Amino acid sequence: MSKDNQILEEFTSKEYEHGWSVNYEADEAPIGLNEEIIKWISSKKEEPQWLLDWRLKAFKHWESMAEPVWANVHYPHIDLQSLRYYSAPKQQKKPQNLDEVDPELLQIYERLGISLNEQKKLQGIAVDAVLDSVSVGTTFKETLGKLGIVFCSFSEAVHNHPELVKEYLGSVVPMTDNYYAALNSAVFSDGSFCYIPKGVRCPMELSTYFRINAANTGQFERTLIIADEGSYCSYLEGCTAPQRDENQLHAAVVEIYAAKDAEVKYSTVQNWYPGDKNGKGGIYNFVTKRGICAGDNSKISWTQVETGSAVTWKYPSCILKGDNSIGEFYSVAVTNNYQQADTGTKMIHIGKNTKSRIVSKGISAGHSQNSYRGQVQVMKRATNARNFSQCDSLLMGSLCGAHTFPYIDIHNSTAKVEHEATTSKIGEDQLFYCNQRGIATEDAVALIVNGYAKEVLNQLPMEFAVEAQKLLALTLEGSVG
Amino acid sequence: MTTILKDNISENFLAALPSIKDDKALNLLKDQGLPSTKNEEYKYTAITKKIASDITDFHQASPALLSDQDISGAAIDGLEAYILVLNNGILDLKHSTLPVSGFAITEIADSTTAPFHTDDITNDSFMALNRLSYLKGISIHIPRNTVLDKPVMVLNFIQSTAGQIISPKIWIEGAENAEAIFLEKTISLDKNPYFLNGSIEVKVGSNSHLHYYRIQNQSKQAIEVNSFHADVSKDATFTSFVLSLQGNMIRNNVTLNLNGSGCVGNMYGLYILNGKTHVDNHTNVDHTQPHCDSNELYKGILGDSSRGVFNGKIFVRQDAQKTNAFQQNNNILLSEDATVNTKPQLEIWADDVKCSHGCTTGQLDEEAMFYLQARGIGKEQARALLLFAFAGDVIDHIKVDAFKDYCIDLIHETLGTNF
Repeated sequence: MSKDNQILEEFTSKEYEHGWSVNYEADEAPIGLNEEIIKWISSKKEEPQWLLDWRLKAFKHWESMAEPVWANVHYPHIDLQSLRYYSAPKQQKKPQNLDEVDPELLQIYERLGISLNEQKKLQGIAVDAVLDSVSVGTTFKETLGKLGIVFCSFSEAVHNHPELVKEYLGSVVPMTDNYYAALNSAVFSDGSFCYIPKGVRCPMELSTYFRINAANTGQFERTLIIADEGSYCSYLEGCTAPQRDENQLHAAVVEIYAAKDAEVKYSTVQNWYPGDKNGKGGIYNFVTKRGICAGDNSKISWTQVETGSAVTWKYPSCILKGDNSIGEFYSVAVTNNYQQADTGTKMIHIGKNTKSRIVSKGISAGHSQNSYRGQVQVMKRATNARNFSQCDSLLMGSLCGAHTFPYIDIHNSTAKVEHEATTSKIGEDQLFYCNQRGIATEDAVALIVNGYAKEVLNQLPMEFAVEAQKLLALTLEGSVG
Repeated sequence: MTTILKDNISENFLAALPSIKDDKALNLLKDQGLPSTKNEEYKYTAITKKIASDITDFHQASPALLSDQDISGAAIDGLEAYILVLNNGILDLKHSTLPVSGFAITEIADSTTAPFHTDDITNDSFMALNRLSYLKGISIHIPRNTVLDKPVMVLNFIQSTAGQIISPKIWIEGAENAEAIFLEKTISLDKNPYFLNGSIEVKVGSNSHLHYYRIQNQSKQAIEVNSFHADVSKDATFTSFVLSLQGNMIRNNVTLNLNGSGCVGNMYGLYILNGKTHVDNHTNVDHTQPHCDSNELYKGILGDSSRGVFNGKIFVRQDAQKTNAFQQNNNILLSEDATVNTKPQLEIWADDVKCSHGCTTGQLDEEAMFYLQARGIGKEQARALLLFAFAGDVIDHIKVDAFKDYCIDLIHETLGTNF
């Protein structure tokens, strides 16, 4: 036991790998939140009037809303008036391509292991890099452009494709949806925009990399993915933040629209700064992610690997409106130290013959609390709906908690819905078996955890799967209890 | 939170309380009111609204005139049992046949003289309401080392002339090494709406084994909230079983506190519903000590526009290592308009535990139907067989054969499968 504790201590004193920050000259909004700030952000981004009106409307609605308290997470009240809602690296002029982007900014990404320059030369992934409030660069724009795919920062989309933005913005997550979605609608600064035209199969992975650098700044980005009829795309999202003693707020909104026969695969490896071993600092991750399978035979698949952030509050959901549409949710959520995660999904079956599958694997260690909260709703006209949910929890150490809150609401007699959940710890017999064969306890745990999470990791695109596996092993290193 | 007290009926409501015996309960009720659907625990069950619309007189219903025929009519064929008659919640000794020894029964008129409290009324204002409403509670004590030779059948007669409230209150304490089985049946004497707000508290002493089985087969107008609490001590066993068949809206809250190491808590429930009947089962198991087991199995068959709600919570506290906790909820929907809302919830703070929950909702397996039909069994009969087999899982946990047979008859009758 004492050796285990020693290992545990060693690990917890280990520093978060991406905890550094860089000083650059930033263009920042004054601290606080009011209509003036929203107008300031809007004018800074040279936005059209309709978008400003939309933001103000959202802000008005937000003012009438109360902070949600139902989630199984505890954190001190966040003073939203003390935050900065816009921070961007100062640039002389808007860069036309990557070569014109400030090398200092590119270096930030290089340090994170995502070299935009290198990416430019390698085939495979197109990256949109978002630093604090703005997008600093997008790769492979031209290659994608030839296929008619639009992949750019949200602000560019507002200028270049206002008709698309206007039509789909808020169509999946209305500005009135919830407290943080309304806040995001009012103050969102940038994000990624993606449009895949009819019948196009996107040849490469599209990726956004979020990085919070500035202190006391909330990151509110907005991602909008539109997959037109018969199209396909796979989208990756990654994120890190510097190590700071104060908590930082990240309240993003992701909207996915899948038309008839379209398929979108959205994968996240979330590695925000989780706070130190005493639970100090870390990111508050309050994200609204939702996709709508609007057309028949469409499919949306969410895969997430959650290892970071101090408090996570996130439910990537699917509205299965089109007949025969499919929604999937695969998640591995790892919490250690004093992290808290309340995460899960919602599957709303509206169309006929709709199918959904939920696989959620929670791993708690240290003093952390890990909750699965999910809803499966089968509406009255959703004949032959099918759902399978599995949520397993693995507990490491006697001080952590694992909780499950599944809501299952069935209004149609032809529905087939199954839910199962188990909670257990890594069996001593399993560890013993590995030890016996010369595998050290540490490695055995990594092995068992990876096996446990395999069903989800298998869903990740190759580029991510390797990273996620490493991350998983690293996050749990030494937490054998 | 909207409160029934803030609505028009509020003053009537307060004025109709028999006497204010408990300030804490009163303040709680005044403060919270009865729960609306905005309360997470009552999200799917608008029982307060139902009470406000159906209950016209908030006074406690006075006892009915019971005849010997009523008692013999309610008896279960072949069941040898002691009889405890409750007439609108009040003990009717004249019609009761109680054990002569090893059984003490007293009436409690005031919550200040209550033998014990196992419930936390701050959780639910219906409990606070019960505490303020009961006219005469009943306290049953089974002394140590006593094993009752026959089960005790509680006949709960309800008569409401004008949409009134009935608030039975029972305490049962089984001392060390005691063993007893209680069977309860609610009988509606007329078809008037009523609101039955009962509360049962049980204390299971160490190495004591108590079982409480209930049948809810009431008039179609019946509204019921039942709060059931059991504190289970070391090496003891407690089993709760509830069969819900008919009523307007029924809400069962069952809470088991597993307070001693090595104890076992079982909760079984079966709801077979037709018409517009709405049954909501909320269960709560709290594992606070190591080496305890809990088993929970709730099954439902829902026809017409009935609605079944299940919410099962299992808490495993940090000290409760080596816990085994199982929970299962299965539902079959027979009609287009039937609805199921289920939420099996696990909250676990201990690591060396085995906990699982599962829930399914679906229809009869077509392949199983085909299998039976292929062997010359008619469609109706095949359906009946499968439905009955589905329900049988729960019924098998009943330990009293005559009572079990009675339940089986009732199930056949409800399903229309008595061939």
